[in-house]
Amino acid sequence: MDPRRPPRTVPDPKVRHVGFFAPGADAPPPPDRSNSAPPDPLSSSPPAAAHLTPPGTSISPVMIPPPRHSAAPLSPRRRDSFIVGSYSGKRFLDVGSPTASTASATDDWALPTSADSAWVGDTVGAGASSLPPVGSAAMIAKGLASSVPATAGLTAVSNVHRSAGVSGKPSGAASKVQGDKPKQSKPLKEKTTKAERRALQEAQRAAKAAAKGVGGKASVHMSEVVLASDVESVEVPKAHFQRNDIAAVNEKKVIDRQLEKDRKKDVPQPRMQYDDKSRVEKAKKRAVLKQTEARNRVELFRHLPQYERGTLLPDLQSRFFQLDPVHPAISKVGFQYLSGDISGSNARCIAMLQAIREAIIDYSVPPGKALVRDLTSKIGSYVSFLIECRPLSISMGNAIRYLKNRIAKLPLTLSESEAKATVVADIDRFIHDKIILADKMIVKHAVTKIRDGDVLLTYGSSSVVEMILLHAHELGKQFRVVVVDSRPKLEGQLLLRKLVGKGLSCTYTHINAISYIMHEVSRVFLGASSVLSNGTVYSRVGTACVAMVAHTFHVPVMVCCETYKFHERVQLDSICSNELGDPDVICKVRGRDEINFLDGWTNGNNLQLLNLIYDATPSDYVSMIITDYGMVPPTSVPVIVREYRKEQLWI
Amino acid sequence: MPDVQALVNEFLNKLKKRKIEGSQATAKQTAELLRSVISQQRVPRTNQAGALIDAVRAIGEQLIVANPIELAVGNIVRRVLHIIREEDLSLTTAAVAELNLSTVSDDDDDGGGGDQDDRPVLSAAAVAAAARNTLRPPSLQMLLEGAPDFVAVPRSSSSGGDSEGKSKSMDRNSRTRKLKHDIIEAVNELIQDITTCHELIAEQAVEHIHQNEVILTLGSSKTVLEFLCAAKEKKRSFRVFVAEGAPRYQGHLLAKELVARGLQTTLITDSAVFAMISRVNMVIVGSHAVMANGGVIAPVGMNMVALAAQKHAVPFVVLAGSHKVILVYIGASTCRGPMLCPLYPHNPEVLLNELRSPSELLDFGEFSDCLDFGSGDGSPLLHVVNPTFDYVPPKAVSLFITDTGGHNPSYMYRLIADYYSADDLVVQRRHAAGN
Repeated sequence: MDPRRPPRTVPDPKVRHVGFFAPGADAPPPPDRSNSAPPDPLSSSPPAAAHLTPPGTSISPVMIPPPRHSAAPLSPRRRDSFIVGSYSGKRFLDVGSPTASTASATDDWALPTSADSAWVGDTVGAGASSLPPVGSAAMIAKGLASSVPATAGLTAVSNVHRSAGVSGKPSGAASKVQGDKPKQSKPLKEKTTKAERRALQEAQRAAKAAAKGVGGKASVHMSEVVLASDVESVEVPKAHFQRNDIAAVNEKKVIDRQLEKDRKKDVPQPRMQYDDKSRVEKAKKRAVLKQTEARNRVELFRHLPQYERGTLLPDLQSRFFQLDPVHPAISKVGFQYLSGDISGSNARCIAMLQAIREAIIDYSVPPGKALVRDLTSKIGSYVSFLIECRPLSISMGNAIRYLKNRIAKLPLTLSESEAKATVVADIDRFIHDKIILADKMIVKHAVTKIRDGDVLLTYGSSSVVEMILLHAHELGKQFRVVVVDSRPKLEGQLLLRKLVGKGLSCTYTHINAISYIMHEVSRVFLGASSVLSNGTVYSRVGTACVAMVAHTFHVPVMVCCETYKFHERVQLDSICSNELGDPDVICKVRGRDEINFLDGWTNGNNLQLLNLIYDATPSDYVSMIITDYGMVPPTSVPVIVREYRKEQLWI
Repeated sequence: MPDVQALVNEFLNKLKKRKIEGSQATAKQTAELLRSVISQQRVPRTNQAGALIDAVRAIGEQLIVANPIELAVGNIVRRVLHIIREEDLSLTTAAVAELNLSTVSDDDDDGGGGDQDDRPVLSAAAVAAAARNTLRPPSLQMLLEGAPDFVAVPRSSSSGGDSEGKSKSMDRNSRTRKLKHDIIEAVNELIQDITTCHELIAEQAVEHIHQNEVILTLGSSKTVLEFLCAAKEKKRSFRVFVAEGAPRYQGHLLAKELVARGLQTTLITDSAVFAMISRVNMVIVGSHAVMANGGVIAPVGMNMVALAAQKHAVPFVVLAGSHKVILVYIGASTCRGPMLCPLYPHNPEVLLNELRSPSELLDFGEFSDCLDFGSGDGSPLLHVVNPTFDYVPPKAVSLFITDTGGHNPSYMYRLIADYYSADDLVVQRRHAAGN
């Protein structure tokens, strides 16, 4: 673990983080973070005990592993799993053979029994904190949002974006959360809100104390209460607030405001709109690559870049030695993106991070410049080069944001080599924790959903779904796989090759036959490029069709996605934001030379070829999302997004 | 009739080898073949209609067996059988009318229904209309008076044998020639209808397509092409999204034709259908066959499109020439309890489908080792599924546009009653049992 993690002691300033929370080690918590552990041992012990006592029974839909240093008193079993989850030693090199490593990992990953209920995650992530009951509380609160009194419902309920009935929130804080946008903090207004809240809490606590009495029994009571009733469970953590003194509140407010600003910066910039002439011109001037615009642009997609692919690569190659601002490792990755040699968001992200890692190793601070600033701008230029090669996927955007954040937070006291080593270690840790380890966790969760005799359908080629299938096969489960594929990439054939090579029984078909084949399917496993915070799954084009047909046939659809790919953006259709591939591959069918009707017609004005890369699957079609934090419904995505971002800022 | 047999065999071969593509071509050729069968068929002095029916039925059976998936064959056989029955019936009615003029007075309301001008005064069509009139008494007066004998008489006569008894007084020679002549005329008319149904459907295009419409279609269908072009000729400007329709990629062909006629066309992959359908105003597709319950057998992938359209509340319009595609399978037979068709497609995706070669999906060179049935234990790890058709349930269809106008899916069973006679459904059942 990273030795320098000083900001951990800084209390989490984000007002709205309630459903999942920081470890008990936190210093005085902000007044409205209802569930952080209070400084007072007396009042803190009941909830903690409550959370430890019911290990397997707590129904928590979302589990977020707590920051690692906070190994509070744990039951031994929990500590086991917890340690494994965050442990990064020997398995770090297992990148190449994920399934083998997963297999080897199985014995020491004490996998808790997962209950049958769809959203019951296992307890791996739940290790250190009093999280599960609150998580469940949040979910229950979502379900019963309408019944939650305004005061009690406030923050826990507001975790859940999509619950319509969350009108019970009293103040601006709630709406702020809903938008997931930082709002200018308004001290005056907040103060009144908090004061109100505190008064309410006081009253509630008094009532509770009267009702329950004090002592050792309290913990049992609490746990029951937590699991049983939403209202009370929300109250439990709140009971601790009034311990905070005013001074702490004020101090916090300052930090709060500052972090509010930070947060605002973090909100994704509006993307480049390519129908904005002036901006496009500006971008062209800056561009390293010269791209020719496609001749027949699809009218609906004028806001997206539509370039001719074929012309770019030779041009780049000829200028390979002139691209001075770009590190060779970066330009290599860029070419690979461009030619499609690396595809799949995990592979692309890892390739990019490793290229940046190499570039950082070779980097030296120019005289007279500050490392932090120069390195950030350097990485910025690398990234814009990569964007020119191929637009970044959302996961890559997240990774870069993480990286820039880390660099910005480098202590100024570090020497250059130390700083570089730190950043490199950060990159390594990101790759390992967020991708490799996350995939293992997903495999672990997902395998529990495969039974003997199942017919599993997958679409395209997702690396994590492949790992799941292979792992289940290694476990000796008897099942059949249907690989559905579509033009133009035909990635399914690659997956098919690998699966058949390992001895799995496979059926291969194309996407048009989906409703023919869906009759025999019992589960659908899909990969995703990203999961957006309204639950929309942004993935390879065609995924939406598969999910829709599966939904119509009442087949459960499980989307496997690492949390680092989650994003707070929302999207309703596949048009507003997408990526367009090379249009020419549409009219040429690989391996079918007789399909040449459109030869010579592509120059006409009337014909447009549209090669969409992604589409957006509405959350209605998704039964569950399997993440490294457990199995969650699509409605819980915003919660994970927020918690994950917090964690990311902290690491 | 050796030459007829040769023709039949040739056609059978073509059907078996799937050389004939498209239900329209199949329908037309079937009708032409049956026409020559009828003209070559020697008819006995008695029961000519019965003999013709038997001959057509025998050949029809072979044809249907040759390609049970090409539903147009069976439909045309039934149509021709129906024509024979009707012509026979009309002659009979005419004969009865000559004997007993009072029956003619019943024939007051629809004497002109669909007959040709060049026919003799006592044309077969006119009398057929009269006969139909007696078959299904439409007038309120009849309903009120409740005359069951009108129904009973043609019922028995349509079964072939009994009708002879009533017309014995007729000059048999002239009747024989007249019957065959009328039947061939009617079959010619059928062939004519099949060839012109595109135009009839296309004529309605302007009623359904407005300015700036965005239309999505999948694969290629001549009817759809004609339909869109007809709207274009009427100076409507609209855009078309064409999904390519794997694994045959007929969409490329359609896109080319549309571009050649100056329509704004965008070719998309099938997987992008869901992404694009939210920006589409209407889905217009062709069909392979229409079921009696209003379901559609269509090129593979259509169900996906229909579901997506349904989810986005986009109208899903099916173009169907009513001659060739109305199929007699489901609704009509289920509502007649005892004739319940054993082929009721509770699973039409599977039962009325045909699997094509895997080579359209996978390169044999790459995957030959996995596809080998001979090696190992005989069950290869890899299966490739490449169906030809999809079944679109009636609830996903917004509208059928046929050459007789637009219809709801729920109305399809009624059209069947117009085109086929109930007796032939039983024939189909024998076929199915025989298979």
